[in-house]
Amino acid sequence: MLYIKCPHCGMRSQNEFSYGGDASIKRPELGKETSNKEWDDFVYNRKSPRGKHWELWQHLSGCRQWIKVERDTATHEIFNTLKANEDIST
Amino acid sequence: MTQDFRLENVGLINRNIKLSFKFNGKTYYGYEGDTLASALIANGVHLVGRSFKYHRPRGFFGVGVDEPYAMVQLYRNGETEPNIKATEQELFEGLEAKSVNCWPSVNFDVGAINNFLKIFLPAGFYYKTFMWPKSFWYRIYEPFIRKAAGLGVASIKHDKERYEHKYEYCDLLITGSGPSGLASAYAAAKNGARVILAEDKSRFGGTLLTSDVNIGNQTGKEWAESIISELKVMPNVIVKNRSQVFGYYDHNMLVMSERVSDHLPKTKKYHPKQKLWYIRAKEVLISSGSIERPIVFGNNDTPGVMLSSAAKEYLKVYGVLVGKNPLVFTNNDSGYETAIEFKKNGIDPIILDTRKNPKSEIVEEAKNLGIDIKFSYVVVAAQGYKKVKSADIAKISDDKEKLGTIENIKCDCICVSGFWTPTIHLASQSGNKTKFNEDIDAFVPGTSKQNEKTLGAANGVYTLAETLKSSLDTGYEVSKKITTNSNKVSFPNVVEKKSTLHDKFWCVPLPEGKNYKRFLDFQNDVAVSDIEIALREGYRSIEHVKRYTTLGMATDQGKTSNLNGLQLVSKIENKVVPAVGHTTFRPPYTPVSIGAIVGREVGKHSKPTRKSPMHSWHEKNNAVFVDAGVWLRPRYYKKGNENLFEGSKREAKNVRTNVGVCDVTTLGKIDVKGPDAAEFLNRVYTNAWLKLPVGKARYGVMLREDGIVMDDGTTTRISQNHYHMTTTTAQAANVLSHLEYYLQLVWPELNVNVVSTTEQWAGAAIAGPKSRDLLQKLFPNSDVSNEGLPFMGYMEGDLFGVKARIFRISFSGELAYEVNVESDYGNFMWEKIIEIGEEFKIQPYGTEALSTLRIEMGHVAGSELDGRTIPYDNSLEGLLSKKKDFIGKRSLNREAFIADNRQKIVGVVPLDKKTSLPEGSHLVKDAKASLPNPKLGYISASCWSVEYDNPFSLAILKNGKNMIGEKLFVMSPLKNKVIPVEIVSSHYVDPKGERVRS
Repeated sequence: MLYIKCPHCGMRSQNEFSYGGDASIKRPELGKETSNKEWDDFVYNRKSPRGKHWELWQHLSGCRQWIKVERDTATHEIFNTLKANEDIST
Repeated sequence: MTQDFRLENVGLINRNIKLSFKFNGKTYYGYEGDTLASALIANGVHLVGRSFKYHRPRGFFGVGVDEPYAMVQLYRNGETEPNIKATEQELFEGLEAKSVNCWPSVNFDVGAINNFLKIFLPAGFYYKTFMWPKSFWYRIYEPFIRKAAGLGVASIKHDKERYEHKYEYCDLLITGSGPSGLASAYAAAKNGARVILAEDKSRFGGTLLTSDVNIGNQTGKEWAESIISELKVMPNVIVKNRSQVFGYYDHNMLVMSERVSDHLPKTKKYHPKQKLWYIRAKEVLISSGSIERPIVFGNNDTPGVMLSSAAKEYLKVYGVLVGKNPLVFTNNDSGYETAIEFKKNGIDPIILDTRKNPKSEIVEEAKNLGIDIKFSYVVVAAQGYKKVKSADIAKISDDKEKLGTIENIKCDCICVSGFWTPTIHLASQSGNKTKFNEDIDAFVPGTSKQNEKTLGAANGVYTLAETLKSSLDTGYEVSKKITTNSNKVSFPNVVEKKSTLHDKFWCVPLPEGKNYKRFLDFQNDVAVSDIEIALREGYRSIEHVKRYTTLGMATDQGKTSNLNGLQLVSKIENKVVPAVGHTTFRPPYTPVSIGAIVGREVGKHSKPTRKSPMHSWHEKNNAVFVDAGVWLRPRYYKKGNENLFEGSKREAKNVRTNVGVCDVTTLGKIDVKGPDAAEFLNRVYTNAWLKLPVGKARYGVMLREDGIVMDDGTTTRISQNHYHMTTTTAQAANVLSHLEYYLQLVWPELNVNVVSTTEQWAGAAIAGPKSRDLLQKLFPNSDVSNEGLPFMGYMEGDLFGVKARIFRISFSGELAYEVNVESDYGNFMWEKIIEIGEEFKIQPYGTEALSTLRIEMGHVAGSELDGRTIPYDNSLEGLLSKKKDFIGKRSLNREAFIADNRQKIVGVVPLDKKTSLPEGSHLVKDAKASLPNPKLGYISASCWSVEYDNPFSLAILKNGKNMIGEKLFVMSPLKNKVIPVEIVSSHYVDPKGERVRS
């Protein structure tokens, strides 16, 4: 069971969280014209990298905040966690 | 029976308490502190089971978790458990056990014929033989193999025992209480670290209990006892015996199974049988010791052949002799220690040492005691069927290839020592890259991935002084990571006998003309010849060899067999062992009972149960409950001998004619607040929300980004910046997460907050033509007329002093209202409604009537909004705003979603107006078409229409919009039914929706 640092609550066990997929996906702006490809990429197409991956988790049974977690998908090592409003490029 | 093999005055058992037990129906006696194995050996019983494949007689080989075959079916307190290791099961009064894998009895086993057919049962036998003809597999081969194979029998009764889970955090978890475990725990704890020390046996101390050493001025055993008693009273230390740390998982999470009550005749009241500990440790020290490995020789599975360390432990801990005429077969000094213990207790052993001329303190001592030692000697084969009677021995050449003349000597047990294999399972599970240590011919932990270190024998360190020194140092070092204290424990003086090098010898060659079975894996009956076959047939990877031969795949996971298997492969392949590599170690290290893994989450505790505030009223009024997610909801209120069909029909009919009341507390409720709330709802829902006035409700549908309907419900504008959203019971949690996702991540600029209020409000739906009359009486001071409170209107009211919210919304399609009060007043509200509703012939109605009412009205619910349908499919396309964007809108123009023959909801009525249509049935054009019969759609929900008094169903049907009036067939292969039907509108009752507005 992973041990995840919630930026709001501190170290918590994985069973308090739910997984939310790739954190780098940006929703196209509302009302903006999007090509089929752009929309497909947003809704369906995900990379499945081996190694470092920024992903979303929600601290469901805690503060209910969505957070960003940089995790190695092969080793489960967690390098960094950020609040929802923090940019993963920083 | 007398305990002929029990010594007087030796051992740690409690001779004051004599225990009786039964094995295979026969009564024996042992003492408190015995294991089933030690008690049986004390009584001279060595035949405990039959082997897996050849059904050869099997006895005891080890003394604990290393035991490969002494497994029994255990009976305790009216329950039975299979595959319990006799070497681990502690004796209790009244224990009963039986042999497994033998029929009709362990002494005469029909399956043993396999032993004489063994030339026909080599590795891969089943793969090769039972392939053809294919049809034979299921009917003949598989049932036969299943019957012949397998160990004990699992109970099919409900397990009445309690199993618990516990979460624990510590600075330092130490697995094993041998010298390294005790020393490191002591050093760390003394300096203030929070320590958990786990020992899988009942006694602490590990090898200190059996070895002839001194620490300080105490014997090893006394030192262990003093350390453990000091640790036990320290507030920062948890000391647990009978506790096996069996798995090392991610982020230093380890799982330990504590056998709380297995050693007792009966679990004490309020105690669990077993407890599973989830331990999150900052640091882990693995002090799991090592397991002696066998030397492979002919018939080495005969009962009476045993690890020499096991023989020593039976003697020193249990006061039990494994034989009175022992032969010790060794390639190192450890065998001498066992022989010396025999000698000290008046038994004359013979030592066969594969080495030519070893020189060490231990060897000297054995010589001085006058023990008969034969150097450069090996056991070629054990003789005797159900028990060792003699051994064929021979001199072996210096290159270990040639055997001298075979001699036969009498003996009643063969204690074998092939040196020590570190127990690296936990380290390997943690991701540690293990490495091969040439000096000890075994793998040891290498580079750590997680915060773990391995100490002592588990790390290949076999001297006590070195082990204690490094363990005390490491314990202290670890504590320094946590505390600034500097309380260091001083290093005690250690006295131990020096040993010399072992002989890298592990397998005795076969003598000319003999074809003895030489077993590597005793539990799965894998012999040297099987590995040879696998390699001859081209298997190369050790992982493939393992799976083809099943080497190390039994419940003991090859604790005594893996290394010898690797040696064999490397020898045949002419490679070094590290180049062959070892197979992956996976948890659990020892078998864990399913009960412990499941814990308390069984039966009704497998999920929480949620009850509405009116639950006790429902109970008192004969409600029959149904699980709705985790909620318990009344399905119908039973009157007299009514069944579900009759009861729900009565309740639904009463709603259509008079008035009914339904508990709708379970509906999800979410408060949406903030200046941007309207804008937010406008993005979440498919329809327009910006212009909804205060005091009005609106029905809304929300989509996922892929265009599929996520949920529906009404949302009411309570005040300028405050909305009350309702969701379906099932989707409440998902919808909240969904809203939080968009607010926190996608549109953080919106000033909106959401919070669940499901539990804060109790809800009652009042539905039926007389509902307004009832409402007026409940709220005499409010104007609830059609003008005062129109359809989709909202007002606050005073329910006899209790503040209430009144919504004019309808799920039943009748004139209907929903009244909400704070949960604490739920029952008060409910009783008032029932009391005042009496004059209007009110009846409560349950979920079954609720479904009937919504189905015949064509209102969609969970069975249509099943995660596979878009708004059009549910005839909700009218709610799709063309003027604004919303979540999922872009997906709705996908090709399949706009196809002309897209599926759509329809109504279905059987032509005979009598036969109900099973939910999930398929709709087909031609009932007699050849399979696969093209499926046009499926029945999503069925009811008995109370309006028309005939069955009615909703279906999702291909090209539904053009199918009204068509005649099709409903097919249910499950129920073996074919029913001719007509497709009608999904709005079966009141298609114009006049009643809700009346």
